Amino acid sequence: MSIALYRIDDRLIHGQVVVGWGQPLHVGFIVLVDDTVRGSAWEQDLYRMGVPPEIEVVFASTAEAAVRLPVWERDPRVGILVAGDIDTLAALSGNGHRVRRINIGGLHHRPGRSERLRYVYLTDDEAAQLRALAARGIEVTAQDVPTAAPVPLRAFT
Amino acid sequence: MSEPLHGVIVTHAAVAQALLAAVAAITGVHDALIPVSNDGCDSGALAARLTQAIAGRPAVLFVDLPGGSCLTTSVRLARANADVAVVTGVNLAMLLDFVFHRDLAPAAAATRAAEAGSRAIRTPAA
Repeated sequence: MSIALYRIDDRLIHGQVVVGWGQPLHVGFIVLVDDTVRGSAWEQDLYRMGVPPEIEVVFASTAEAAVRLPVWERDPRVGILVAGDIDTLAALSGNGHRVRRINIGGLHHRPGRSERLRYVYLTDDEAAQLRALAARGIEVTAQDVPTAAPVPLRAFT
Repeated sequence: MSEPLHGVIVTHAAVAQALLAAVAAITGVHDALIPVSNDGCDSGALAARLTQAIAGRPAVLFVDLPGGSCLTTSVRLARANADVAVVTGVNLAMLLDFVFHRDLAPAAAATRAAEAGSRAIRTPAA
């Protein structure tokens, strides 16, 4: 196996990731790519608290993730990679790696964003950024939990 | 303490509102707890909801899970405010105990609530 889910979710590691996706996928590791969390030991402790001990949690900056992504992709365990914004996944997918699918799991309301789905709010620039990723051959869908149907990008941008 | 503690229940979906209703139905106490849901929130929006609920007063934040956005946002706020403490695994038993012991400091009230909540978890014989 390798990384089964590349997810954009501004809540980062939370119940939907650990339980909703983690249980049915039998996840062995979760990679959290976030420059702020990477530099904060106490925030890392907080995110670890919500994850069962049998699941490894790896914290990486965007730059570190770009280097280590091939290693995670060769890992025999099933993994989930989570980032909190589109920029991070765009950076990873543009670095010659094999990100073929991106899951939009949760991008919530902020000033300037408009509702596209119940759990997806985007600015026009963010919508264009996702369309640009799709134009490069990456399948972008929105799906908060695995029991929901994936929503194709064209349906919400 | 001159001002009694208040509690903020921080949960997914409508769990907080349901717990608040149950506490009020059992105790008749209506002014000790404030429900906050993370519905539709990123961490910034949830922090704003919590800041409004705390309102600069001493508080205990009762969080549903020991992980996830409710916890991370609550702990971030508590780290910046010595008058705010956090308990995870909120249940009805701990809230019932809390509303009658609001004269404690936040950290002591949080410890007491955790103990009360833990005592309520049992596996009685059928």
